[in-house]
Amino acid sequence: MPVGLPPRNRWRDPAALPRLLMTVAALIILWPGLVLTEFNPATLIDPDNASVMGRFLAGFWPPDLSPRFLALLATATLETLAMATAGLTLALLLAVPMSLLATRSLSVSSLLTGQPARWSSVARYPVRLVMILLRSIPEIVWALLFVRAVGLGPTAGVLAIAITYSGMLGKVYAEIYESVDQAPARALLQSGSSRLAAFFYGILPGAAQELTSYTLYRWECAIRASVIMGFVGAGGLGQMIDLSIRMFAGGEVVTILASFLLLVLLADQLSSVLRRRLA
Amino acid sequence: MNRPWQTLILIGSILTAIIASFLYLSMDLGALTRGDGPAQMATYAQSFFPPDTSAPWLRKIGWGLLETLAISAVGTLLAVIAGAIISLLAAGRLGEIARGLARLLLNALRSVPELVWAALMVLAAGLGPFAGTLAIALHTTGVLGRLFAEALENSPRQPARALQDSGAGATAAFFYGTLPNVLPQWLSYSLYRWENNIRMAAVLGFVGAGGLGQMLYVTLSLFQQSRALSVILAMLLLVLAVDGLSAWLRRRLA
Repeated sequence: MPVGLPPRNRWRDPAALPRLLMTVAALIILWPGLVLTEFNPATLIDPDNASVMGRFLAGFWPPDLSPRFLALLATATLETLAMATAGLTLALLLAVPMSLLATRSLSVSSLLTGQPARWSSVARYPVRLVMILLRSIPEIVWALLFVRAVGLGPTAGVLAIAITYSGMLGKVYAEIYESVDQAPARALLQSGSSRLAAFFYGILPGAAQELTSYTLYRWECAIRASVIMGFVGAGGLGQMIDLSIRMFAGGEVVTILASFLLLVLLADQLSSVLRRRLA
Repeated sequence: MNRPWQTLILIGSILTAIIASFLYLSMDLGALTRGDGPAQMATYAQSFFPPDTSAPWLRKIGWGLLETLAISAVGTLLAVIAGAIISLLAAGRLGEIARGLARLLLNALRSVPELVWAALMVLAAGLGPFAGTLAIALHTTGVLGRLFAEALENSPRQPARALQDSGAGATAAFFYGTLPNVLPQWLSYSLYRWENNIRMAAVLGFVGAGGLGQMLYVTLSLFQQSRALSVILAMLLLVLAVDGLSAWLRRRLA
């Protein structure tokens, strides 16, 4: 017990006033946000919504395990996996050339001064700009556009992953090339080898490990993304979840979610095995 | 790589998997470049230009942007509150059983993607931004709850114990002994998730959960491509602004 304090001050909290003011200020700032989001928890217990949701939740158990549905589910799971793999492969085909164009470590003009010449830096900007544009539009927006351009189905998803991930991979690859020891590549360039040879023998050996592990990480992300993209009609598990939710088939939703979790878990394990073996 | 043949087999099976993926999807990428495929794509792409920049539409996009920001901010705030409460249980402050249950709850919340939560919440709360807010709040609670609990477990115990030994109650000991230690970390996790959630809130509207995504979905369904393009540009600006701002803040704070 604190001793010797006057009784009036015994329970006084020195930080109370500033904290109170901060809370009030935060609430005032957030108030428009609550209005904009039509924040109203009462809608959750509104009898209409509650009965719909109640029936839906009641359908969650038992999960749908009929052989016919499981066969459909297996097809969709394989489709999701194939979408992610094919999309990432196409992304690599785009990303590798772009990263070679964008990286500073293969610059011939920087051999003398250590800095790339101004004009060659300017020439790299368009590539960087294209990569920023490719990766800054979310993949699901690309999927939505491609579904309208090439029709429903996994092709739209594959193209969407290819476009977004080529921007991400290209940027990170270019940075990885610049982060490894530059001396071997410089020595090769100075003694007259071509840029491609300087890349293969000077940069790739040092960067291969990091490139592999980043690519595997992106593959895991691509699996998650291709599940999501089904919601706009790009095939795979997402499309099944969307349909089952619309049909209020709770049991199906549970089974699909379980297989989604399993897929993510397996991909995680597989990519960590591959990383150990290859990297 | 002491056994090169193993690596060769591994690379071989990766290549097989890639080829199998393309075959399984039976994607006809050739069709995109053959016949009138390219012409159709070009016509579709051209129909987006020029973007609609009329004043009323821009004002609507402005509201959409604000709504997206509000969804992400309120959703993240709800998640911070719920995550903080659950993290106390998940860090084992109230017994082992509560700890196990809380971890299970957090894992379940986290492993369902935001968009799935949004589709479910549209059923529970009706179409509109409130469903998006709840979806973000639910998923982020799972993420933040776990991070908060880890921060709690790693924070030193001595300050709280000193307060309790000198007669403070458990609540006061937590608020003045433990909370000040974990608060900076909690705050930086929350800001980081907010950044993610802004990007997420922009696309949650595809399932009817408000914001810019819903505008994009509706305009594309109505074949108003030039309006859709201005929404896409607004999304692009939002993402670039958030990226730039967070990179700048990180540099300043680091």
